[in-house]
Amino acid sequence: MQTITQITGSGIPLLLDDIDTDRIIPARYLRCVTFDGIGEHAFEDDRQQDPNHPFNKEQFQNGKVLVAGRNFGCGSSREHAPQSLMRWGVQAIVAESFAEIFFGNCTSLGIPAVCASRDDLRKLSAAVEANPALDVTVDLEALTVSFGGESISITMPEGARSALATGQWDFLAQLLDAETGIKETAAKLPYLNAFSA
Amino acid sequence: MAEETANDRRSDVVLPCVESVPFICPVAPGATPLETELMSDKQNLFNKVWDLHAVGTLQSGQTQLFIGQHLIHEVTSPQAFEMLRERNLKVMYPERTMATVDHIIPTENQARPFADSLAEEMMSAIEQNCREFGITLLDLDDNRQGVVHVMGPEQGLTQPGQTIACGDSHTSTHGAFGAIAFGIGTSQVAYVLATQTLAMQRPKVRRVEVNGELAPGVFAKDVTLYIIQKLGVQGGVGYAYEYAGDVFDRMTMEERMTVCNMAIEGGARCGYVNPDQTTVDYLRGRPFAPQGADFDRAAEWWLSLASGPDAEYDDIVTFDAADIEPTVTWGITPAQSVGVTQNVPSVASFPESEQKLIAEAHEYMGIGDDQPMEGTKIDVAFVGSCTNGRISDLREAAAVAKGRHVAEGVRALIVPGSQLVAKQAEEEGLDKIFTEAGFQWRAAGCSMCLAMNPDKLQGREVCASSSNRNFKGRQGSPTGRTLLMSPAMVAAAAINGAVTDVRKMLEPAAV
Ligand code: SF4
Repeated sequence: MQTITQITGSGIPLLLDDIDTDRIIPARYLRCVTFDGIGEHAFEDDRQQDPNHPFNKEQFQNGKVLVAGRNFGCGSSREHAPQSLMRWGVQAIVAESFAEIFFGNCTSLGIPAVCASRDDLRKLSAAVEANPALDVTVDLEALTVSFGGESISITMPEGARSALATGQWDFLAQLLDAETGIKETAAKLPYLNAFSA
Repeated sequence: MAEETANDRRSDVVLPCVESVPFICPVAPGATPLETELMSDKQNLFNKVWDLHAVGTLQSGQTQLFIGQHLIHEVTSPQAFEMLRERNLKVMYPERTMATVDHIIPTENQARPFADSLAEEMMSAIEQNCREFGITLLDLDDNRQGVVHVMGPEQGLTQPGQTIACGDSHTSTHGAFGAIAFGIGTSQVAYVLATQTLAMQRPKVRRVEVNGELAPGVFAKDVTLYIIQKLGVQGGVGYAYEYAGDVFDRMTMEERMTVCNMAIEGGARCGYVNPDQTTVDYLRGRPFAPQGADFDRAAEWWLSLASGPDAEYDDIVTFDAADIEPTVTWGITPAQSVGVTQNVPSVASFPESEQKLIAEAHEYMGIGDDQPMEGTKIDVAFVGSCTNGRISDLREAAAVAKGRHVAEGVRALIVPGSQLVAKQAEEEGLDKIFTEAGFQWRAAGCSMCLAMNPDKLQGREVCASSSNRNFKGRQGSPTGRTLLMSPAMVAAAAINGAVTDVRKMLEPAAV
């Protein structure tokens, strides 16, 4: 599996708090059996209602690094949300904090979701607004985001960080490797053994 | 004053990030069985259950956790089965996954094929996938079908001491039984299907105590909304919540489910209540619960899992039941709520860093500073969902609706959480009470909780709703507005055409 240590690309400034996954991808676009084509509906309703939404703006169309606020991705567990962002072109998200299910979904898709302080996010967001073509680099080894000569520090739970950095973020193969351990665990669970285990 | 307390508390618990918590194993690796037993007095239920299900530690440091019960539905599973096909994998324990259909089910015309061809395609997909991979599906033609979090407990699939996962955030509901239950994404659904395990970081455990007695007219929904209001929508990030104290001890299983259901809305990874005699009594005789002598052994084990008096926690917060009144949300997150007798808080009453968000909520909702909550006009009323679509919820709504009539111009829907709930309600004559009062009596499903089926708000309609999310656009119209409240409060709002303190309506017409 691909190791993910550095993502470089232009930014998308969306420094808002409590953005829930219903807003990222409205429920009507969950009526599907594949994730194909879901990218074009990212933030559909917000975009309809706000012509100035960053996802509507020409200059941010090629953004790879999304800059968001507190509690990003709260609400519904729908993986359709990070799937739609990924298919839109987002490859990394820098926010003040993330809702946990969303964070886990990002990790299993190979999207680093990293945290920075509010002040640093303001700086980053302002720099992106001022120069939409600016290269922003998210570095999972150095734990920094650098842009135009500036660098801010980021945090990420070590488990997820190392999973991405070592290319172990698709957990399926690792989980399957433990087949013996899985069977042993099942064998000692009272409720799988007529409560006499 | 109250606002200040809420904010103080919130700033206490807001975490800068979902930081990994170095976990200190409560049982030393080389501990003898006796030491383990002695030390386990200090273990809370969460950690006992977690340890029992830990398969091992992954290279990333995360735990590989065995999932005892997996539940799936039509929306978040098709891509997971596709992943299995692509990799040529089987379902490892097909008997540990139960499937049902709920999110896209029309509640009026259920003839197949559905009028919505996309919904029909999803139905065919889950039917085909379950057939192919050997999973039991409680389909529309099976009278056990219902919203996944109503069906699981009702069938006795949900039991204390289990780990439960489902591709749906409100999986936290099952914690009411002393299970640890996680909502997961679609890739993780594939992991559970293929390996019966997940890669997870152990959360911390916060005990949330509510002591004292709830006043009449104050329901489990009000308790859970109140806790979220006080701790904030992300106050629980990094935590599992143990709900404890007098109020939860006295609650029925259905009330505990309402509370745990919304743990996720407070940011917690899951929520649970310790199993007790109420739990055991609820499970006895349910189709998938153990039977006969097995049941007695099971009950003994279940009760032994409860956190003891010496159990340790990473954090404890306490609330007084007397401070809770019927609660209504005014904004666009489940934490933006007030007691029904209070006013909508002004933008200026929030710390400066919050004001932009609060102003955005005011604008979207079309409400102003200090506007009284009571009297807010509504267009639609919805009783249903995995939060409040069980029989006790319908009884509470019916007690208010009986002998009264829905206000003119209000569209009011009652959507039972499962076919069995519908059947029970019909046997009790609740459907008649509702239809005579001008409510529409619908078939079981998620319906207007997320509006993936034809039940939707139109334009900027305001909906009094017993569901769990008031996010922008949640109920099907991109500009629709949602006020969350208890089922009794929804019925009261339907009848008056406006938010009403249900306590005024309970006494004279009490049944
Ligand atoms: S009722 Fe609502 S919250 Fe519950 S499972 Fe259905 S859509 Fe999700």
